[in-house]
Amino acid sequence: MELYELTLKQAQEFLAKNPNRKDELTKTLADRIKQVDSKLNTYINFDSKHAQKNGDVKGPLSGIPVSIKDNIVTRDWETTCASKILKGFVPPYDATVIRKLREAGAVIFGKCNMDEFAFGSSCETSCFGPTRNPWNLDFVPGGSSGGSAAAVAGRTAIAALGSDTGGSIRQPASFCGVVGLKPTYGRVSRYGLVAFGSSLDQIGPITRTVEDSAILLNVLAGHDEKDSTSANVPVPDYTSFLTKSVKGLKIGLPKEYFVKGLDPEVEKAVKQATSVLQDLGASVTEISLPHMKYAIAVYYVVAVAEASSNLGRFDGVEYGFRHESSNLRDMYFETRNQGFGAEAKRRILLGTFVLSAGYYDAYYLKGLKVRTLIKQDFDQAFQKVALVLGPTAPTPPFRIGEKMSDPLSMYLSDIYTISANLAGVPAMNVPCGFSAAGLPIGMQLTAKPFDEGTIFRAGSAYESATKWHEKVPKL
Amino acid sequence: MSDQYESVIGLEVHVQLKTESKIFCSCPAQFGAEPNQNTCPVCLGLPGSLPVLNERALELAMKVGLALGCRISDRIKFDRKNYFYPDLPKAYQISQYDMPVSSKGHLAIELKSDAGTLAEKRIGITRAHLEEDAGKLLHEGVRDGSWVDYNRAGIPLLEIVSEPDLRSPEEAFQYLVSLKAILQYLGVSDCNMEEGSLRCDANVSIRQKGAAPFGTKVEIKNMNSFRAVHKAIAYEIKRQSEALETGTRIVQETRLWNESKGETFTMRSKEEAHDYRYFPEPDLVPFSVSSDQIEALRKSLPELPQARFERFRKQYGISDYDAYVLVAEKALADYFEACTREGANPKLASNWIQSELLALINLKKHSIKNLPNLPPKHLAGLIRLIENGTISGKIAKDVIVEMYDTKKSAEEIVKEKGLIQVTDTKLLEEVADRVIQANPKVAAEVRSGKAQAIGFLVGQVMKETQGKANPKMINEILTKKITSQK
Repeated sequence: MELYELTLKQAQEFLAKNPNRKDELTKTLADRIKQVDSKLNTYINFDSKHAQKNGDVKGPLSGIPVSIKDNIVTRDWETTCASKILKGFVPPYDATVIRKLREAGAVIFGKCNMDEFAFGSSCETSCFGPTRNPWNLDFVPGGSSGGSAAAVAGRTAIAALGSDTGGSIRQPASFCGVVGLKPTYGRVSRYGLVAFGSSLDQIGPITRTVEDSAILLNVLAGHDEKDSTSANVPVPDYTSFLTKSVKGLKIGLPKEYFVKGLDPEVEKAVKQATSVLQDLGASVTEISLPHMKYAIAVYYVVAVAEASSNLGRFDGVEYGFRHESSNLRDMYFETRNQGFGAEAKRRILLGTFVLSAGYYDAYYLKGLKVRTLIKQDFDQAFQKVALVLGPTAPTPPFRIGEKMSDPLSMYLSDIYTISANLAGVPAMNVPCGFSAAGLPIGMQLTAKPFDEGTIFRAGSAYESATKWHEKVPKL
Repeated sequence: MSDQYESVIGLEVHVQLKTESKIFCSCPAQFGAEPNQNTCPVCLGLPGSLPVLNERALELAMKVGLALGCRISDRIKFDRKNYFYPDLPKAYQISQYDMPVSSKGHLAIELKSDAGTLAEKRIGITRAHLEEDAGKLLHEGVRDGSWVDYNRAGIPLLEIVSEPDLRSPEEAFQYLVSLKAILQYLGVSDCNMEEGSLRCDANVSIRQKGAAPFGTKVEIKNMNSFRAVHKAIAYEIKRQSEALETGTRIVQETRLWNESKGETFTMRSKEEAHDYRYFPEPDLVPFSVSSDQIEALRKSLPELPQARFERFRKQYGISDYDAYVLVAEKALADYFEACTREGANPKLASNWIQSELLALINLKKHSIKNLPNLPPKHLAGLIRLIENGTISGKIAKDVIVEMYDTKKSAEEIVKEKGLIQVTDTKLLEEVADRVIQANPKVAAEVRSGKAQAIGFLVGQVMKETQGKANPKMINEILTKKITSQK
């Protein structure tokens, strides 16, 4: 077994036995990247010179390389959000999650490719070119954290961080056959995450196993006084849930999830996964999330409104790309016109529109009200069950280029993931099969706020009973 | 303005709150640092940074609201005001839109009538909300562009909006005087218009007297002193009245005051006004303030100008007007009270502070806040010497200048210069005899009933005694001698 194939847990064990071989881990990854990343394009840049040493810090991740989605700021290391407008921006500070990783001894290894500003579900809108799916290079890895998910699946990373505003961790994890967790809103500090939809964004781990996810969340989670939206809720040891049986665990299948539009292969895989959990002792009942059908509409009001405001600061004044001009108006216009890609412009325009005088009540305010209803759906569901199970994405991965000219069908790719962001609840993708074409399929486990433990419990039990996570894409 | 029109004025005052650190980060909030020295990822609006509310700023804002008799919101929520300008690093200002921290209050102003008496008028306060200040553009000495200094970005601001209750430039001026006094008594702001810690925009319209609907409103900006606010409003009222009289339409617009030209000019029309796309700030979670917290703040308020005004009138027996002038400037009132604590006669202290002392301070461009040249103890000493007849008021006017320049006490100067008032009756009678003899005509005039002519003789006696004679005694001696010569 090559060192780059190690899971996070295996890397911990390897370094415990071989404390002097820390540099080998980063070196083996760098070699692997040189070998395969011209095909995958998972990195925007990585530490080929092994400059980011952190081997002396004792901690749970001591010496372990972790890769970072390029919308999380890293001190003295260019952070671009895969956008031309941020090229050359070198943050003077570390995001709180980066600080925590460093304090835990991790090596910040590289910055992963993504959809521009996390706008997209296919990782095709990056100004650095698309990332490809390690299982089939003609297919997308999902998005927006496509670089992180493809890196973990393609063994160019041991573990990675992604961010999830409407499914951007879970959907690419599903498409790449890896584990991706969007924690409860407020569980992980957003300080240093370049904002997309501030009320929806969460940082989370993308890993090969549920166990790795728990190990990383242990480091990432917790209150941060620099983020007013981070919650002051105690952080349990998430690895303690990994060995708990699912006997008696109540799981709900929303009837609204299994309807027209859901790919039959995905439906079959998810139903089979449900049976596995039932066999392990969980009880499964049908539930209803009646406002689920509004989730995409609400999301494309709330998220774009916040995005249009959050992206105002990219104006060429302080940092990043600037179109030089002798007049201010022209500098603004051309900096933003040339700096942003088409999807970013589309969302800025949409968001600006829904917040405009005369439209605010009809769109944004109404959106917030429906958002409350969606949250109430989950509150009610969690009075009956401890876990909601469904597909992560409606289909297996689609082809590169297939949906780029059809934004609405692209948006539908997040139909199952968006409601967790609107409700603020935690949700995880766990691989649960492959299509006939050999592409990964994932299921989504959703729990009530701050109950990531139950997700780890069920995810780990399922993983132990199946072999999906052991399959490796051939590159 | 023609008598048939009435002006309607509302003021929007921005006050920088005096906190140690900025409103959403821990950068120092002090004025005068090197450009961009007091900045961090948060106040620079760097990607990924997040705001965290400085609770001290909220506390100061609530104190102002309480002092203005406002209703304090029990829920604190912030909103984003979106617009593009290089001094605004995030392209939005964190402000409060539909839930200001304070609303529905009032401010009492004192208006002086022609007869010299004071009349109180209550001006409604619509709202006072918290927001962050923007940076500053620097154009001077910059070729091909401008520079931005973000030191000011993130300084806490309180925007206090009045009802359109003001009816004249003088009322607007007095509103600012009263508001500044309250802010100074609360210790929440430096209120320095030149440094920008207090800024004022005015909304001005005119209408037919007694006509209920308001005329078209014009907003005036860029006044950098209370005087300028007065002048700009007066100019605008005149401009609008002339427009009405000549049948020119008044357009709703924002105008800038040009201090050197003494006129306002168009900045932007209503059509060019921004759509700020306000929406709730998702990075700051709304939170509740308990009524206990608000009550505790209310109890912590210091004595405010109005209460002090009432107390000064009763406790010191000084006139309404004197009490008003002293109280309007906290440092002045503090100085006055310090003098009385040193034993000074309040009426004399009030007179001497308002005339001689203020004249000296203005002349030397000093501040009453910090006056090592003439501590209250020294002024009280001077007043004591006047009261017990040791020196005359005339001499005292020279002594106070000397005190100011040398920082010596009145007693020292009087002793050193031999300025003690001559009260020796025998000596004064000899001088009086000489003066009457030398001026027989004037003495005759006095005798014939022209009482005011005696002033000349008193002056002559003062001259002979180098001003040290007690004027009251001279007067009595001269009168007695002249009338007894009948």
